[in-house]
Amino acid sequence: MSAPLVEVRDVNFAYDNRPILKGINMSFHKGKVIAIMGGSGCGKTTLFRLIGGALKPTRGEIRIDGKATHELDQQGLYEMRRKMGVLFQFGALFTDMSVFDNVAFQMREHTNLPEEVIRDLVMMKLHAVGLRGTHDLMPAELSGGMARRVALARTVALDPTLILYDEPFAGLDPISLTVVGQLIRKLNDALGTTSVVVTHDVQESLKIVDYIYFIADGVIVAEGTPDEIHASDKPFVHQFVHGEMDGPVPFHYPGGDYRTDLGVSA
Amino acid sequence: MPVAKSLKTIGRRVINAVWRIGYAARFFAMTLFYSGTSFRRFRLIVKEMFSSGVMSLIIILVAGMFVGMVLGLQGFETLKRYGSESALGSLVALSLVRELGPVLAALLFASRAGSAMTAEIGLMKATEQIAAMEMMAVNPIARVVAPRFWAGVISMPLLAALFSAMGVFGGYVVGVVVIGVDEGSFWSQMQASVDFQHDVLNGVLKSFVFGLAVTAIALFEGYDAPPTAEGVSGATTRTVVQSSLAILMLDFILTAFMFQGA
Repeated sequence: MSAPLVEVRDVNFAYDNRPILKGINMSFHKGKVIAIMGGSGCGKTTLFRLIGGALKPTRGEIRIDGKATHELDQQGLYEMRRKMGVLFQFGALFTDMSVFDNVAFQMREHTNLPEEVIRDLVMMKLHAVGLRGTHDLMPAELSGGMARRVALARTVALDPTLILYDEPFAGLDPISLTVVGQLIRKLNDALGTTSVVVTHDVQESLKIVDYIYFIADGVIVAEGTPDEIHASDKPFVHQFVHGEMDGPVPFHYPGGDYRTDLGVSA
Repeated sequence: MPVAKSLKTIGRRVINAVWRIGYAARFFAMTLFYSGTSFRRFRLIVKEMFSSGVMSLIIILVAGMFVGMVLGLQGFETLKRYGSESALGSLVALSLVRELGPVLAALLFASRAGSAMTAEIGLMKATEQIAAMEMMAVNPIARVVAPRFWAGVISMPLLAALFSAMGVFGGYVVGVVVIGVDEGSFWSQMQASVDFQHDVLNGVLKSFVFGLAVTAIALFEGYDAPPTAEGVSGATTRTVVQSSLAILMLDFILTAFMFQGA
């Protein structure tokens, strides 16, 4: 197998001495869709930011296309990000620009393409997400699902080699959820890119990804292909995949003795 | 120990305040450093001048008119006591061009455009638009902050000039048309007493400095706002309060330098 596009090597990260990630190792190969899953507060968004170069690891390194992100200065980081697309949780569309201008934003900022070419490219990107007819609308006029799809068109505007998705399924209705999931897979295959999906939506993710990492308490507790995850008998994976209330992730936040708190202790 | 605790709290606040001043200075320096893009793509500044300048026109013009009308009334009442009603034109014009035009236009600009700038940038941050721009390898200081900064700095003297012009017109309407002061003496006294360099240019300079201060405060507060509803609302309030105080304080300092002994 060829060298991975992204390598996460023994990455540790802490906020004010509070450890968030502890010795994470991952590798993402070209053309694959990888999911990073875990409950809320498990450190997956921190990992997402580390891969995007918005944070630097306390220890360890992240290499993208062979370059260690923590060694890059702002110029180097910007050069790396030009080959990267990021879809934020709620799209993060620029609210003062139309749908067309949002998708054209990076083309205008980073290329000298004539406006006619930009127009054609934007229309193609919007057509790919099924929203060519919305190019004149403002983001406030779109539904949540449509906004996410426009943001997806903007993310792939410059045909990135790596796309990061932060909770792409959050707050979507079932139809939009399937549409966004299928678009992630189709765009990945059409562009030959590598996609990293940070999510806690198990069912949708298992349909579209090639490999899954489960994170809990800052460490990888399980990993494998969707089939391996389905067949896994690890308690954490079982609880997460089946959405059970109690298990390795406890229902109750740790506290004192219940009887004492109620004032009925003998 | 209450004393130790108090000292600790004071110390922490002082450190935070000093840190914030340093951060604001760095932010301002970065804005100037990354201003090249704004001037290479001047339409970015023009777009923001529409939001901050053109959209403030109504409030500036209406307020200027009323301030001029009040000056006309009050000035006439006072000057009449000394039999100098003919000096009404010079009183209205000097008051507006030297003081009221730049100061009141800047206060209105801070409330109308400054607060809008803070809220817009604060909300852009809260909805991850600033982070998205960073991830697209586009510097938000160069693309979002600098065009707004220069738009504010350019708009402010123009708005102050329009405020003063409307004020003079308001004073004319009340003094000449309504009360009946002689039109010839109204304009000739004004022409004779208002010095272009000493009064008009100094007024323009004042409004330029006020524009700089208001816009810098508004942009910094927006950029530094915690990404929550409460954070953005607090930042907007701080913009109006700090800008207003900065305008009045700077006005005193500038007036002391400009008109000392004049």
